[in-house]
Amino acid sequence: MDKKLFTIIIYTENIAGMLNQVTAEFTRRMMNIDTITASSSSVEGVHRYTISLWGEEDSVQKVTKRIEKKVDVLKADYYTDNEIFFQEVALYKLSTPVMLENSEVSRTIRHNNARVMEVNPTYTVVEVTGSTDDILRLYDEFVAQNCMLQFVKSGRVAVPRSAQEVLGEYLFNEDYKRKPVKDVE
Amino acid sequence: MGKERITGSEALLRSLINEGVDTIFGYPGGSIMPVFDALYDHRNDFRNVLVRHEQGAVHAAQGYARSSGKVGVSIVTSGPGATNTLTGISDAMLDSTPVVVIAGQVSTGVLGTDAFQEIDFVGITQPITKWSYQIRRPEDIAWAVARAFYIAGSGRPGPVVLDFNKDAQVAMLDYEPAKVDCVRSYIPYPTPSRNAIEEAARLVNESQRPLLLVGQGVELGEAHEELKAFIEKADIPAARTLMGLSALPTDHPLCVGMLGMHGNYGPNFNTNECDLLIAVGMRFSDRVTGKLSTYAKQAKIVHIDIDHAEINKNVTVDVPIVGDCKEVLPLLTALVNKAEHKEWIESFARYNAIEHEKVTVKALNPGSGPLLMGEVARKVSEATANSAILVTDVGQNQMMSARYFKYTKPHSILTSGGLGTMGYGLPAAIGAKIAMPERTVCLFTGDGGMQMNIQELGTIMEQGTAVKIILLNNNYLGNVRQWQELFFNHRYSWTPMLNPDYALIAQGYGIPSRLVVERDELDDAIAEMLAAPGPFLLHVAVMEEANVMPMTPPGASVNEMIFE
Ligand SMILES: Cc1ncc(C[n+]2csc(CCOP(=O)(O)OP(=O)(O)O)c2C)c(N)n1
Ligand SMILES: [Mg+2]
Repeated sequence: MDKKLFTIIIYTENIAGMLNQVTAEFTRRMMNIDTITASSSSVEGVHRYTISLWGEEDSVQKVTKRIEKKVDVLKADYYTDNEIFFQEVALYKLSTPVMLENSEVSRTIRHNNARVMEVNPTYTVVEVTGSTDDILRLYDEFVAQNCMLQFVKSGRVAVPRSAQEVLGEYLFNEDYKRKPVKDVE
Repeated sequence: MGKERITGSEALLRSLINEGVDTIFGYPGGSIMPVFDALYDHRNDFRNVLVRHEQGAVHAAQGYARSSGKVGVSIVTSGPGATNTLTGISDAMLDSTPVVVIAGQVSTGVLGTDAFQEIDFVGITQPITKWSYQIRRPEDIAWAVARAFYIAGSGRPGPVVLDFNKDAQVAMLDYEPAKVDCVRSYIPYPTPSRNAIEEAARLVNESQRPLLLVGQGVELGEAHEELKAFIEKADIPAARTLMGLSALPTDHPLCVGMLGMHGNYGPNFNTNECDLLIAVGMRFSDRVTGKLSTYAKQAKIVHIDIDHAEINKNVTVDVPIVGDCKEVLPLLTALVNKAEHKEWIESFARYNAIEHEKVTVKALNPGSGPLLMGEVARKVSEATANSAILVTDVGQNQMMSARYFKYTKPHSILTSGGLGTMGYGLPAAIGAKIAMPERTVCLFTGDGGMQMNIQELGTIMEQGTAVKIILLNNNYLGNVRQWQELFFNHRYSWTPMLNPDYALIAQGYGIPSRLVVERDELDDAIAEMLAAPGPFLLHVAVMEEANVMPMTPPGASVNEMIFE
């Protein structure tokens, strides 16, 4: 079977130790997570994980079910790229002296719709939102222009194309209206 | 109800009483001392079973749970006490056994400092539990205990860990009992799909050669009667997994035997002949399926399971029904036609007759030569009117006793199926006898497994637990030796074993024992064992190099069993 890029979106209770429980299912199969983003969701008290990884659909499906089975996981689903909108954010720290010498750098920044966050005599920080490919292509350009000091890229964030909120079923479910897991600390 | 100011330890015990707990398998130590101190005041509320090793505490709790259907409880200390429970917790996870393990933990202030006997117990146990939680605040105790019991016992049961910080054990709180009967992210009893049930019924009604596979789910769901009603109406032959052996009585006319590597020839062979396979509360373990790529390829498959994650895990099925079998089976029964599959059912008997001739006759009536495990198991079973609880250890003793015991009552086989834990038997038998004092509990164990938790003879001595221990001694790690004989060129690497004098050991613990070497002494010895009012060790010298047969060799298909 062919490996494809999958995005798994997981909703959990917001409690300590949850990330460990989620990632343990990958560790167990020695599946390597490509990117992971964890943050609060649109629902109070519910955490959302977006995990991207390369894998075979069969094993991605199994691991997703196992994650959903965990007691404090509300929902877990997996998607291919054509089923979601997704983005990543990157920050590039560039050498200001090199930028001043080489006007190509500023042109690259403008062409790529990068936003300048900070300029000081030593370095300039620019931010770009886009696909992994865009972000890495820009990285290569800055490296070629010899101005790259530091680089960081976020994990992917994604929303499914379907109109309905994935958690919808839960939100209208009787059980859900009962108390969330006890808020500890 | 009014609130009362008490310590965290006292709150823990009241919460346990609130859950109906009356028996605790435990072992004290530094960071759980406040709880054991509080237990001292509750001597009349709990039966305190001091085991001799924390692994024994969990296996005993498992035996207690599986024989009674209640949640088993162990209380241990932090660090080594906690790590000693890991094998039992893993065993409970794989075999869906409801246990709650409460471990002491160092105070919250020193967490993460490598404090004395500190280990990350929640971190270690998350992958092997249904839920693992650290109780850091006294006001969380009642809720955490209630949630633990709810999760352990509901849906597909399993182990839960409560890691209890010492400062929370001694802190004062205003205690109020708590009840948990819903966790919003957890659906223990999924509603079965009506469409799926109708589709399954259609397949049953069309089928000429249906075969039903009975797993432990039927026992856990208490669906024995519902199962019978279904198979009797549609006339479907049923085979049980090792874990589900007592879900359907051995002598039921539609019971066609046991599945699996050392199961019966009829159901294994016919798995690849049937036109419809209906799996109920079983998980298509590799011990049952053999080679997956040739498993039941000709058949439509219906899978009834309470756990959504089991669907299409090992075997891709045509109709999944996710739900409680106690609820699903009657719905299905209502939709299926009364049918008859006489010829098909007879075909099982034909294959089983081949096994009978090639294996069973010799196993049960060898005539001369050393005693065999099979004849001992059958004789013990019959001497208890086939109504005892069979507890097994792991190895040849397990397969032979499971094969030749007969089952007439539910919850009558306790064995480590998923993890295959040597050392499970002795403590599990203690737990079973304590839970079900009115039932005869027969443990079959090997000389290897006996010594893996032999210290629990001390628990038997102290508790006076009337466990009947049948030690099938072949002076070998027999199961491994069998594989070495068959697949590793007779190279008996590390499997011959020098045994101690078990009579002396039993004597040391005040347990009566008898050694049987000759066949003509066996009946009398079994009678003596069963007549003894308390525990008894029946030490049987069995043939050293005997093999468990028939067998689906590793990598072979279910219809390729070998007989010698
Ligand atoms: C804790 C543990 N260690 C090792 C094994 C591997 N193993 C399976 S069966 C077996 C031999 C068991 O020997 P014995 O208890 O004498 O039983 P017999 O097969 O001889 O009846 C071994 C070593 C195991 N299942 N569990
Ligand atoms: Mg042995």
